[in-house]
Amino acid sequence: MRELLTGNKAAAWGARLADVDYLPVFPITPQTEIIETLAEWIDHGRIDARLTILESEHSMVTAAGAAAATGVRVFTATSSQGLLYAMEMLYNLAGWRVPLVLVNVSRGLSAPITLEPDHNDVLAARDCGFLQLHCTTCQEVLDSVLLGYRLAEDMRVRLPVLVNLDGFYLSFTREPVEIPSAEQVRAFLPPFHPGSNRFAGGTPVSQAVAVLGGTPYSYFRYQAHLASLEAGRIFGRIAQEFEARFGRSFEAVEDYHCDDAEILFVMIGSFASKARAAVDSLRASGQKVGLVRPRLLRPFPVASLVRLFEGKAGVAVVDQNLSNGSGGILHTELAAALYPLSKRPLLVSFVGGLGGRDITAGEFFAMHDVVRRAVGTGQAPPPRLLFTKDELAAVRHMQDIAAGTGETS
Amino acid sequence: MTESADKRCGSAKTGTLAPGTPMCAGCGGLQALHQIYDLLGDRTVFVNAAGCMTLLSIYPYTPFPGSWLYTAMACAPAGAQGIRDALDLLLSKKRIRTKQDLLPVVLTGDGAAYGIGLSATSAAIDRGLDFLYICYDNEGYGNTGHQSSAATPTGARTATSRVDGFAGIKKDLFSIWCAHRPAYVATAIGSEPADLSKKVKKALSLRGPRLLLVLAPCPTGWGFEPARMVDIGKLAVETGSWPLKEYVDGMIRHTHIPSRRVPLEDYLCLQGRFRHLFKPVREDERLSGLQHRVDDYWANLK
Ligand SMILES: Cc1ncc(C[n+]2csc(CCOP(=O)(O)OP(=O)(O)O)c2C)c(N)n1
Ligand code: SF4
Repeated sequence: MRELLTGNKAAAWGARLADVDYLPVFPITPQTEIIETLAEWIDHGRIDARLTILESEHSMVTAAGAAAATGVRVFTATSSQGLLYAMEMLYNLAGWRVPLVLVNVSRGLSAPITLEPDHNDVLAARDCGFLQLHCTTCQEVLDSVLLGYRLAEDMRVRLPVLVNLDGFYLSFTREPVEIPSAEQVRAFLPPFHPGSNRFAGGTPVSQAVAVLGGTPYSYFRYQAHLASLEAGRIFGRIAQEFEARFGRSFEAVEDYHCDDAEILFVMIGSFASKARAAVDSLRASGQKVGLVRPRLLRPFPVASLVRLFEGKAGVAVVDQNLSNGSGGILHTELAAALYPLSKRPLLVSFVGGLGGRDITAGEFFAMHDVVRRAVGTGQAPPPRLLFTKDELAAVRHMQDIAAGTGETS
Repeated sequence: MTESADKRCGSAKTGTLAPGTPMCAGCGGLQALHQIYDLLGDRTVFVNAAGCMTLLSIYPYTPFPGSWLYTAMACAPAGAQGIRDALDLLLSKKRIRTKQDLLPVVLTGDGAAYGIGLSATSAAIDRGLDFLYICYDNEGYGNTGHQSSAATPTGARTATSRVDGFAGIKKDLFSIWCAHRPAYVATAIGSEPADLSKKVKKALSLRGPRLLLVLAPCPTGWGFEPARMVDIGKLAVETGSWPLKEYVDGMIRHTHIPSRRVPLEDYLCLQGRFRHLFKPVREDERLSGLQHRVDDYWANLK
């Protein structure tokens, strides 16, 4: 069945097809449509699940993890401030080794408060122990939820999964989405089996007991790290099975026109569609460019990235986030991953798309020029914020109005 | 749930909580927990917030014959919510049998119960969550070295009020719970085991949000010899400083009214945290202020 779905509806469909049992929720724009959709389906008996409205994301994530530890399949969703508010418990859930899927609809962080997207929220959760899948299309949102459960529930993994989509650009954009049948999904994703580590009468289970000293602490943290690495290998196999069943390829890193490319763009999220269009235009004018888009950000698919980057001349890393006082987070991650290569490409860092600010086709062409020039000189320029003189003038104008010194006519 | 709570938790035993925990000698919180756990039995899952009792279970040991989940300081009631919801789902979808049902029991100190976790607690009561909340109230942040909490009594010295003692007034958590119209709220203390036991059984016979607010004399934080823990607990009750009461069906009832209240001083002077009220000079005005507060409480009862 093919339908026009927003990214939010696609996420809700993912949860519905995964036949989730439990939905602890708390509203935040632009995620609300996900929980409203699921609530409506519950009201109309379309899904046999329980929805509980918690009083905060901190509690929501706690309830989610505790329910998963008790043996039911759990889905939840949040965004931005909500994800950060839950941060303490994100670490706990990964430490509890509970499988569930949490959808984050990316949105910039306060202050100033905004509703529009960038990736500082989801990347703040980079180190919490959740696996991370990043989507560029609404179809991927639905598919990632299903893949997420397969991955999370694999006995060798047993880690929670975060699926990310951009607010507004995907949450409210309708695209044609292939909705698989419940039977097809059931064959791919069997009912949840909690295994032995769940709370049950007569067989006590202790979760997250205290440890004394660094030795057991290191052991448990290291086990979760190894499971996360293992998840990378398992993801590859699950993705192959997914492709065989559903016909959609789902590699950890998507590459677009990379084979003969000299210059690559690297991006995550929905803005990668713009990069894709820019690659098409640049190719049409004879430039050898490509696009690399990591879907899996945790575990970081280093081997695949190295394979794609080896022998390339230059890379434009376009970060839709800003680590103040440092630069783009993806840039740092890629630099670290590529450092061991003897023939590594020149990495040039760009930061753009903050708070939903557009990245225009012209800017992609300009980034390409900057990288070409840098390759020529062998010298990477300092990180650059994509922000035009006109934009600066517009903000200055607003400041004049705010200060009461500008013309408001 | 289909079974009665009493049956679900099994019958009373003794020594359910295994010995050998790292709690301080003479811990009033542990004393109460021993008694409570004997009545709750092992078909429980304790959901704990950060505090002294977090160290009951240290890998790979646990004194609990039931299940245990450590959450964080702010959110133990939300953990109980997830577990209760999941158990209800498993029961309704017939994936577990009724005898596999469990009682979620939140276990926190006063710092979590009166402070950081109050929003999660308030919301859990609003949602009518079927759970038991045990707060052992040692009147301070015990685990981190006895700093002041919202449960610290006026005048008590703590690690963050070392000179004149705590300037605030102990928050009335009992009333805050009652204002939510829960199923049951009771104050208790390990030194009055018969009263405590009745309240645990009463709590077990009911459904919905239930609180056992247990004063926990704390030798370490309050400054007294561990051997005096039971005496101090009894004095807390007999001075009228810790009223034993319960709320059920919208009514508050005192389960013990001291016939002749012992002067509050007799309770205070045994504890290092109030020593500055007696030495080097007797602070008569402050002492009588504290006594008046107790007197007013009982005078206003009727
Ligand atoms: C978010 C957070 N802040 C601070 C702490 C540090 N901390 C651990 S235990 C504790 C005191 C808890 O006090 P209380 O709830 O009264 O329990 P008690 O220690 O007295 O048993 C604190 C502040 C923490 N674990 N989490
Ligand atoms: S500090 Fe007080 S409450 Fe904590 S274990 Fe020691 S005696 Fe018990």
